[in-house]
Amino acid sequence: MNAERASRPETAYVRYVFTWALLLALLILTIAIAKLSLLASYSVIGSLFIATVKAGLVLMYFMHLGHEGRIVKGMLLLAVAALFFIIALTFSDVWFR
Amino acid sequence: MERNSDTESIVHAGAESGIDYTGKKIGMWLFLFTELLFFGGMFLLYSVYRAQYPAEFHAGAQEENLLLGSINTTVLLTSSFTIALAIAAIRRGSRTLSMYMQLMTILFGICFLIIKYFEWSAKISNGIYPDSQLLLDMGKGDILFFSLYFVMTGIHGIHVLIGVVAISIMLVYTWRGAVSKNSFIRLENTGLYWHFVDIVWIYLFPLFYLVT
Repeated sequence: MNAERASRPETAYVRYVFTWALLLALLILTIAIAKLSLLASYSVIGSLFIATVKAGLVLMYFMHLGHEGRIVKGMLLLAVAALFFIIALTFSDVWFR
Repeated sequence: MERNSDTESIVHAGAESGIDYTGKKIGMWLFLFTELLFFGGMFLLYSVYRAQYPAEFHAGAQEENLLLGSINTTVLLTSSFTIALAIAAIRRGSRTLSMYMQLMTILFGICFLIIKYFEWSAKISNGIYPDSQLLLDMGKGDILFFSLYFVMTGIHGIHVLIGVVAISIMLVYTWRGAVSKNSFIRLENTGLYWHFVDIVWIYLFPLFYLVT
């Protein structure tokens, strides 16, 4: 790894262009899947999965999550896990009531 | 190794200018996690009521204007791209490019809000708005769908507006030199906020426009 790249790993414009193109491609994919009913009864899970991939791309390449320390990554995990359990527990309550 | 030297150089630059880079960054992320749980509560309401009233939510989503929703998603994704470029540019020392990219982001944000205005206006002129007689005469599921639509896209819209104001302030800072190659944490944190608002929309779009 040469010094030039090591000192500024987040400033390569081309990486942002690729991420943006990928995000737009996923947007077209999710619209196509929904409109053509490609996944039938799995359409909710399918579109939420694509949304999560898009959110992951934004987090990793636009927000540079990979360059953050353990504290930020740990806090993110905690926040997402809290949200997951709140939703899961509420659903188990609604479903088995 | 790459990460270490990068962080070190920033921390070093921060120490020279008296800025606690790491602390400010963690503070911003912490704020974003409270925002995540704030929006999370509304997503929880949406998902539970959707499970209880699937037919009404299905019909409601078909009422939405998919074309405008798709254009708005493209606008917001592109604005995330331009603000990311603005930060990369300032870190490279390209002040002018960074200012252009910040300006683009502001314009995309305003464009998003204008399209949202037309969407809401169309709904309101059709008699669908919170507490309208037409809506109150519908079933529970329809009321819930449209109420959640107005509340969630409305609060998201307010976040876009706050982001536009914040980036405008950053543009002035960059112009005056307060945001520069050696001191870009304020712009970077504003960018984090903007990306978060983008992520919220990434989930709102399929839930209100696509899911059928």
